[in-house]
Amino acid sequence: MIYFDNSATTKIAPAVLTTYEQVSKKVWGNPSSLHDLGEQAYGLLEQSRQQIADLLGVQADEIYFTSGGTEGDNWVIKGTAIEKHIYGKHIIASSVEHPAVLNSLAQLEKLGFEVTYLPVDQTGHVSPVDLAKAIRSDTILVSIMAVNNEVGAIQPQLEIAEILKKYPKIHYHIDAVQGIGKGIQSMIMNDRVDFVTFSGHKFHAPRGIGIMYKRRVRKIAPLMSGGGQEKNLRSGTENLPAIAAMARALRLLKENETEKVQQQAAIKKYLHDQLIKYPKVTMFSQVDQTFAPHILCFTIDGVRGETIVHAFEAQQIYISTTSACSSKKHVISGTLHAMKIPEKIATSAIRVSLDENNTMAEAHQFMQVFDQLYHRFAKINS
Amino acid sequence: MEYTEIMVRYGELSTKGKNRRSFIDRLAFNTREVLHDFEQVIVKAQRDRMHIQLHGADSQQVMDRLQQVFGIQNFSPSIRVERDLESVKQTALAMIKEQFQPGMTFKINTRRSDHDFKLDTNQMNDLLGGYILDNLPGIQVKMKDPDLILRVEIRKNGIFLSGKTIQGAGGLPVGTAGKGLLMISGGIDSPVAGYLALKRGVDLEMVHFFSPPYTSEQALHKAQELTAKLALFGGSIKFIQVPFTEIQETVKHDVPEGYLMTVQRRFMLRLAAAIAQKRDALAIFNGESLGQVASQTLESMVAINDVTSLPILRPVVSLDKNEIIEIAEKIGTFDLSVMPFEDCCTIFAPPAPKTKPRLDRAREYESRLDVSGLMERALAGIKITEIKADEKFLTEEQPAFSEFL
Repeated sequence: MIYFDNSATTKIAPAVLTTYEQVSKKVWGNPSSLHDLGEQAYGLLEQSRQQIADLLGVQADEIYFTSGGTEGDNWVIKGTAIEKHIYGKHIIASSVEHPAVLNSLAQLEKLGFEVTYLPVDQTGHVSPVDLAKAIRSDTILVSIMAVNNEVGAIQPQLEIAEILKKYPKIHYHIDAVQGIGKGIQSMIMNDRVDFVTFSGHKFHAPRGIGIMYKRRVRKIAPLMSGGGQEKNLRSGTENLPAIAAMARALRLLKENETEKVQQQAAIKKYLHDQLIKYPKVTMFSQVDQTFAPHILCFTIDGVRGETIVHAFEAQQIYISTTSACSSKKHVISGTLHAMKIPEKIATSAIRVSLDENNTMAEAHQFMQVFDQLYHRFAKINS
Repeated sequence: MEYTEIMVRYGELSTKGKNRRSFIDRLAFNTREVLHDFEQVIVKAQRDRMHIQLHGADSQQVMDRLQQVFGIQNFSPSIRVERDLESVKQTALAMIKEQFQPGMTFKINTRRSDHDFKLDTNQMNDLLGGYILDNLPGIQVKMKDPDLILRVEIRKNGIFLSGKTIQGAGGLPVGTAGKGLLMISGGIDSPVAGYLALKRGVDLEMVHFFSPPYTSEQALHKAQELTAKLALFGGSIKFIQVPFTEIQETVKHDVPEGYLMTVQRRFMLRLAAAIAQKRDALAIFNGESLGQVASQTLESMVAINDVTSLPILRPVVSLDKNEIIEIAEKIGTFDLSVMPFEDCCTIFAPPAPKTKPRLDRAREYESRLDVSGLMERALAGIKITEIKADEKFLTEEQPAFSEFL
């Protein structure tokens, strides 16, 4: 089996699963309880928070636990809207954000908020110039993803940060769900960013757990009200086994990050260079600094993406049509649409997404299968 | 520098006449206790100096501990070399070089305990001074008040060089001034009172009242960890925990609110006095500071002191809160003390205690209680443990997590 769908989800790491299991068995107290079981659970919770903060280079009290990327995005966007609506109702985001962001914004629009959706160029990147132009006196939030989940474009966060330094009151959010462990942490955790959201299952932690970084001085409203956990900002009994497992997963992810990223980049480059030799292949992801090392998006003209996914699946090779979230809805990719790729081509798009466990041998095998499929489909189409 | 030995100079001891030997022995004992976890270290106490042989132990860690031991005036880390002039010259130069800044002056100060050595002190001073002058351009000799003093000590078993002197904690060796009991609650004041008592050489034992379930295990652990901090100043300390629940419940139930605090304190003192008698302690120490809380007025002290004729000593009685906090921070107890666990002093605190309780009233309310029965049962439940320097109590379960993360 070859698993090339790591942007959809990664496989939980064995050591991480062990942590989940052991913590469930041994440290099952509620961190809010006063007795020693509670105290013990609280100790582990805070150690996990500290470890995550250390790995991200921030303070422990800036780390909040969520149920994942979707909650994190919803929280930052709606929490900012609730907290800051008296100062303004204008929000800026890119047009290629994840649905967790776009649909949150759509809800806010019904409540009278105004959203400027920044266009992207043919490569899927937003332009800092467009962003600077879009800023208004009533802008309260800028939300731009770190890495596009469909084509892998890395957005110019440092340039955006530079612009936003002139507007210190605007909340600046980075959805970094696809960006963690890919060698671009210094871009994501830049010194102007206020909120960053992560999801555990994208880096071999369990599903249903995520991280929101919030800079100390920033305020947002809670979406989960209740028992007052997470400093009153995110109530609900802490998912301790998942939190500890995520802390471990992040530690493992960060070990030898550079080597792992280089390996993924090398595999991606190999696949890219092989694939573009085929005349009917259109490549949307590039091999350079502005693209993440693990995502490759392309089409075989005239063959529906779904067909290719199933053809590979028959050989136990797992890939995806653009994003997993939209793949069952038979809608064309939002990112490719925004990149002004004609609909006929965009419906053919498929995505290969790597992680540090993938090998060059798998890539060779992938290309062998691809070659057979290509010729089979080319024959039928012609 | 890889030091081989630390030479310790005694503090006030020189004035102690015939008791000198017992002071020195006690200091050596305390030093060994404080360094209990450095197994290879050997402490040798002689009449005028103490020598701590490191045998590879980390000299900085050992010196950090030594700096807190009462009875040590100052100490010098030193290096032992063979009785061979060439190695003495090399090491002397290296030690001076380590501290030398342009423009500095120095002198060599030789002592001989071995008078058979081939050079006398002046010849040794000349030889080493000359060698350093020749090999370290810019340095100058100055006899009065030089920047650097290199001490050279010639002994039968080698030549010892040391280039700096580090201030110790002063005071008297703990245990040379008799035994006392400290009433330790877990707050800021009592550990500071304990520190000041230790400084004057008192051998302290801790008395801690705990009232489960009104006070938590963590409150007990906090008092134990504070004790471990104090043990850094003189060696391990006995920790006596006294069950106080029944007394607190009875007093709460049967005594008018205004006198609750007074009667409760009378019980604490009575228990402390009974323990002192059993354990041959000569005084009781506590952290009371005049006027700080309602129970710390002179009237209140009169009403409380009534139950014993032992001296009740209050080292922080006239310090301001800020001054107490300053000491607590210096001795490393402050952060522990402010951890928010209920202790036996706060748990039944009435909203409006009498600031001027009357002794006759206190006696009268108390006479309605079965004092001797309550005392007997509390004393029967006492538990005594030995607490070592810097032992941990609050965080013992923490390391287990490393396997998860």
